[in-house]
Amino acid sequence: MNIRMEAIGTTLVVKPEGEIDQSCAAELRSDIDREIHRCHIKNLILDFGGVTFMDSSGIGLIIGRYKQLKALGGKTIIIRPQPQVDKILELSGLKKLVECG
Amino acid sequence: MENYMRLEFPSKSQNESLARSVVGVFATQLDLTVEELADIKTAVSEAVTNAIIHGYANTKGTVEIIGRISGNEIAITITDTGSGIPDIDLAMQPLYSGSADEDRSGMGFTVMESFMDTLKVDSEPGKGTSVTMTKRVGVDAYA
Ligand SMILES: Nc1ncnc2c1ncn2[C@@H]1O[C@H](COP(=O)(O)OP(=O)(O)O)[C@@H](O)[C@H]1O
Ligand SMILES: [Mg+2]
Repeated sequence: MNIRMEAIGTTLVVKPEGEIDQSCAAELRSDIDREIHRCHIKNLILDFGGVTFMDSSGIGLIIGRYKQLKALGGKTIIIRPQPQVDKILELSGLKKLVECG
Repeated sequence: MENYMRLEFPSKSQNESLARSVVGVFATQLDLTVEELADIKTAVSEAVTNAIIHGYANTKGTVEIIGRISGNEIAITITDTGSGIPDIDLAMQPLYSGSADEDRSGMGFTVMESFMDTLKVDSEPGKGTSVTMTKRVGVDAYA
């Protein structure tokens, strides 16, 4: 798992690459949260184009960040999910909470 | 086709990817679609993660996986000898998590149930947990 992040104003673009499971979820979470605080982020764009696998550990991670930014009046957007990731987003009901494209 | 496999590893998080890869390669002996393969790997990832983070929580132990192929069906059993589950019905409810970690989604059993055809959970507090899942592949609408 590799992660690239770029803040554009108060929007953070996060590009994880590889597989998201419990073994890397905590690190991914603290990397994202650190940037959210450091750059006063309100909106999060999760670019999942490079994510080849995700299990429910990723769902917990996304919901946690979604709640945090919602409390600040911000939004979470997921883009380019692969079919396996899309299926788990759908099952979890996350697609009703966050914009997904 | 008839075949089986057995895999054993210590309860370390980095073995989650090992487990789903090995079972994934085993499963490709069946004639399955990319989606069916992804379903199996995701379900295995959920069960193995549960064994490691809930079953063995702050302790160490061994996780065992037995896979069987029979005809066009795969059966996978994931066993730990960890804490066990006090109330299985409650644990299997969508969104329920017995863990204090705010980032657990409580969706693991729901994923296993929806991505596989059958799911059976045997567990005894203090003794451990065994999860068996099966999936028949290649049963499309034209068959
Ligand atoms: N192998 C196991 N050993 C002990 N407890 C387990 C095991 N598997 C699941 N559980 C319990 O069932 C709950 C629900 O599991 P799951 O649906 O995967 O959600 P999550 O892992 O996000 O908490 C867990 O929080 C845990 O309390
Ligand atoms: Mg789980």
